[in-house]
Amino acid sequence: MTFESPHIRVKDLNVHIGDHHILKNICLDIPDKKITSFIGPSGCGKTTLLKTFNRLLDRDKEVRVSGEVLLDGEDIYGRQVEVTSMRRKMGLLSQRPFPLPMSIYDNIAYGPRIHGTRKKKELNQSVEYHLRATGLWEEVKDRLNSPATSLSIGQQQRLCLARGLAVEPEIILGDEPTSALDPLSTQRIEELFLQLKDKYTIVLVTHILRQARRVSDYIVFIYMGEIVEFGPTEELLLNPKEKLTREYVKGYIS
Amino acid sequence: MSRYRLIKDRISGNLFLVFTHLSILTVVLIGAGLYGKSVPILKQSSFFHLLFSSEWKPFKNQFGFLTYIVGSLIVTGLAIVIALPLSLLTAIFISEYMPRNLKRLLIPFIDLLSGIPPVVYGVWGVLTIVPFIQDKLAPHFVEFSSGYSALAGGVVLAVMIFPLIISILLEVFNTVPQELRDASFSLGANQWETVSHVVLKKSVPGILAATVLAVSRALGETIAVLMVCGNQALMPHSILDPVYPLPALIANNYGDMLSIPMYDSALMLSALILFVIIFLFNGISRIVLYRLERRSYA
Ligand SMILES: Nc1ncnc2c1ncn2[C@@H]1O[C@H](COP(=O)(O)OP(=O)(O)O)[C@@H](O)[C@H]1O
Ligand SMILES: [Mg+2]
Repeated sequence: MTFESPHIRVKDLNVHIGDHHILKNICLDIPDKKITSFIGPSGCGKTTLLKTFNRLLDRDKEVRVSGEVLLDGEDIYGRQVEVTSMRRKMGLLSQRPFPLPMSIYDNIAYGPRIHGTRKKKELNQSVEYHLRATGLWEEVKDRLNSPATSLSIGQQQRLCLARGLAVEPEIILGDEPTSALDPLSTQRIEELFLQLKDKYTIVLVTHILRQARRVSDYIVFIYMGEIVEFGPTEELLLNPKEKLTREYVKGYIS
Repeated sequence: MSRYRLIKDRISGNLFLVFTHLSILTVVLIGAGLYGKSVPILKQSSFFHLLFSSEWKPFKNQFGFLTYIVGSLIVTGLAIVIALPLSLLTAIFISEYMPRNLKRLLIPFIDLLSGIPPVVYGVWGVLTIVPFIQDKLAPHFVEFSSGYSALAGGVVLAVMIFPLIISILLEVFNTVPQELRDASFSLGANQWETVSHVVLKKSVPGILAATVLAVSRALGETIAVLMVCGNQALMPHSILDPVYPLPALIANNYGDMLSIPMYDSALMLSALILFVIIFLFNGISRIVLYRLERRSYA
């Protein structure tokens, strides 16, 4: 599947780690302001693919990435690209929440501060705005200076989302962001994603097919480092074209 | 079958308990033994007098430990002041900036360094540091220094605990999850911002623990220091003067001087003082660590 002007376009992407060929000839268009889910058995390369989008992978010498990842048409692996400002365009949510070792307030203010916001008033506004955006404000407004680790896991994950939003990204990358959360917290994160897709392009790795169905517009099925099928959610889940996809989603359907 | 497993489980559990208690007991016994042996001199003069007097005249039955205590503290202080910043920077560089394959090459080498016997560091100090201080450094500051000085002791000790601190710090940085660094990077932070705001902050308790270990090690180190610090029981006026740390006092005199009345009791008391200093220091840092962890930013 291709799109007119995708937010991210992946062209002939190959990733090797040591002797292992982890991702093979990936070509993929991620549409703008939609939720695209990566599904596939564990170890198939979902996380790896996600990490190539904000270059968290190629810091390691053993990792070789070839091909192109175009962000609004510009190759993020190009020479002239400034990695820090590119990364800033993408918020990242990992499998478990990893709050920074500082207060709730400082977690959100961390990004803006790094990018030069010094004024207390602006920081306060940003912190409040993004805590509200993730539904945390009412829960934490009286203890902004407590350590972030004092929050529940579900709150921590929303804090991490707010922290990512505070640097004003265009894209949200979520790597199984609900896998450590209870059902209620999971639901809140899913609702947030649905709200946020008006303003952000969202890429979500998930191994829960129900979740993929609930939130995503498009699904990419990955198997052994290759893209097997890519299509609109309902179509891919209910009417898969490939035999592998059919077998993988069969458990979900029946 | 299941009974056999149960018995095995019980036995191993109890065995661990016994060994734990044994090691605690050993420490208590050492402390009690030292105290028992120090009783005669403590009966003769007050503990505080012994601690804060610098009169050391065994033949006149005067035993003041102040110069020795000061000697120990100065040498240890110097060693930490020199070694801690350097090893912190080195460990940060190795852990956060160095490619992984180079790291793998370097780490066994550092571990090897911490395995070199202290006497080798002592000899190295006598051959290089002492003459350097005597000829090159001291003439700028004082009229005369033999080179055998608190500074020489501090430098040799620093070099000795350097690999030890680095090893521990590398372990500490290693326990910081990669995802935490990634979280910082993904917000657009660069390497240095990530190191200083996230990795170091997360590692504060570990860095403190490493310092505690280094200080305990430095306080107790005997032979390497003894070879270069001059061993004169005079209150030093500068770090270029000789000092006489507590372990050196014990090592140099135990056995030879015991015919002098009270001398062996005095030496036992000096061991006890060393023991207590290290104990107190560890205790205080435990409390600090506990406080830090309760604040639990890290
Ligand atoms: N640092 C690494 N070194 C070697 N192999 C790796 C490394 N990271 C991931 N892999 C391998 O790459 C494959 C894909 O991993 P990953 O992207 O984490 O899968 P997923 O997220 O789909 O479960 C796995 O087979 C894994 O073993
Ligand atoms: Mg994964």
